[in-house]
Amino acid sequence: MTTPAIEASGLVKTFGSTRAVDGLELTVPRGGVFGLLGPNGAGKTTTIRILATLTRPDAGQARVLGHDVRADPLAVRARISLTGQFATLDASLTGTENLVLQARLLGLSRRAARQRAGELLDAFGLADAARRAVKGYSGGMRRRLDIAVSIVVPPALLFLDEPTTGLDPRSRSQVWEMVRWLVRGGTTVLLTTQYLDEADQLCGRIAVIDHGKIIASGTPGELKASVGSGVLRVRLADPGDRESARQILEEALGVTAHPEPDPAALTARINAGDAEGDAGDAAALGMLRLSRQGIAIGTFALGQPSLDEVFLALTGHNTQDNAPEGNGT
Amino acid sequence: MTTTVSALETMTIPGQDDLRQPRVFGNSFTMAWRALLKARHEPELVADAIGIPVLFTLLFTYLFGGALSGSPHEYLRFLLPGTLVMTILLITVSAGLSLNNDRNQGALDRFRSMPVWQPALIIGSLIGDLVRYLVAAALVLGLGLLMGYRPAGGIDGILLAVALILVFGFSVSWIWTSLGLVLRSAQAVSILSFTVQVPLSFASNVFVNPATLPGWLHAFVNVNPVSHLVTAERALMNGTAAVGQVGWVLLASAGLIAVFGPLTMMLYRGRQ
Repeated sequence: MTTPAIEASGLVKTFGSTRAVDGLELTVPRGGVFGLLGPNGAGKTTTIRILATLTRPDAGQARVLGHDVRADPLAVRARISLTGQFATLDASLTGTENLVLQARLLGLSRRAARQRAGELLDAFGLADAARRAVKGYSGGMRRRLDIAVSIVVPPALLFLDEPTTGLDPRSRSQVWEMVRWLVRGGTTVLLTTQYLDEADQLCGRIAVIDHGKIIASGTPGELKASVGSGVLRVRLADPGDRESARQILEEALGVTAHPEPDPAALTARINAGDAEGDAGDAAALGMLRLSRQGIAIGTFALGQPSLDEVFLALTGHNTQDNAPEGNGT
Repeated sequence: MTTTVSALETMTIPGQDDLRQPRVFGNSFTMAWRALLKARHEPELVADAIGIPVLFTLLFTYLFGGALSGSPHEYLRFLLPGTLVMTILLITVSAGLSLNNDRNQGALDRFRSMPVWQPALIIGSLIGDLVRYLVAAALVLGLGLLMGYRPAGGIDGILLAVALILVFGFSVSWIWTSLGLVLRSAQAVSILSFTVQVPLSFASNVFVNPATLPGWLHAFVNVNPVSHLVTAERALMNGTAAVGQVGWVLLASAGLIAVFGPLTMMLYRGRQ
């Protein structure tokens, strides 16, 4: 069993005149979380649908856990679970009923199904809601139940399509915790996300997808290093100082600073190597220079580059440029 | 949380691939169980379909019975097989509705990515519907018996009539499963089923003897499949059924399944 979890080459899928997936090449090793990172409409969902045997590619090949998605979809389905972007639970059924339904479909006996449902509800902190209809659940509870349903019989490969989109921060970290548990058990997870911090938190490797193609891949560290080690955001007390502040920062840090839509704010990407300390030093130096020149600083923050910035660096265009293609392709 | 972490880890070890195999009967019955659970949780979906024929049975019997057949009791003998047919036809749409919902809410994608026997979702909904038909038929017949309906065909006649309506209802369901996969919203499916079925039910021999109708309407009533079904049902309940009457219904049923069964499966599989 040394075949990769996923091997795809030359995958193409067009919808009308839109090439949703356009010659995609992807290899996902077994074990761990692999992140497929990209904005709305980049082709993430279509890629997952092809790999989960829901959509036939127009061209190219894909093998999932060694089985061809077109030639042997049943063998693929026997080894995967798919958790879609929108929870696909039966809203009128209770938490227990949703889990038992899934367990029975996968061949568990009535008793084993009930027992398994109980275990998962306990483990996912849903025991109190077990007998309530899912339509009364919060977004976070639904997503947890959705993940519980997809591991009723643990799959070798789990597709999580934007598992935390629309969730509050607490629910997000609960979902992340669950994904880590799954990986420890030996499941390979392919996760799509629009959030760089999510990929950073969970993924051992990331592939960045844009216009249906993989445009970069590597560890989160490698990817961020290609963009710069940090982003300095400064908000000035007086918007009138912005132009002079920009010049001072550019000179001090040797990088380009960009004005933001907020008239008092500036952003500068810092290229200080991989170590966090270097970026911090650079940021401190910048602040020091500004205050010495008598420019009053409202707030400043040193953060990670956002997905927007990664995209800008990798593709030269903003994530929003893709938006009109829509989602769910 | 520490105890649940270790419990969860042992719960997440893959490698039970042998469990994950399609099962024709197991999967279908599980899906039927799902359909019935949903019906139990949302009884309002069945309630309106049953409410209308019950209302019609009561209203028409006592409102027009005297005028149309001399007495309400006499008219009930004529009317009841017809309202039974109307009841069942009106709820044949439910599998199509639930399939449409499953598609729009993503449940269909989940099932399609699972190692289950793929027609199970549809077959299961239809098995679930058979139970609904039985409940609805029992309600209408029970009401009729309470109102003094005593068919000449006796228990045998009633059972045969119910069996025939189940067969026909099951066959008509396939039209709606096809349309449920084609039409955009559940509302569209619902409206279409109503606009087709209400005129078909009224322009038939459910309520009146077609002999009294103007020529053009008479001609339509005679070719209306609902009329043929009602004629066969009446004959079964009255113990006067001819092979031709029942045979026509069975043949029509077989025809519907032969066309819409494969069409539904094609639409189901062909979704990209």
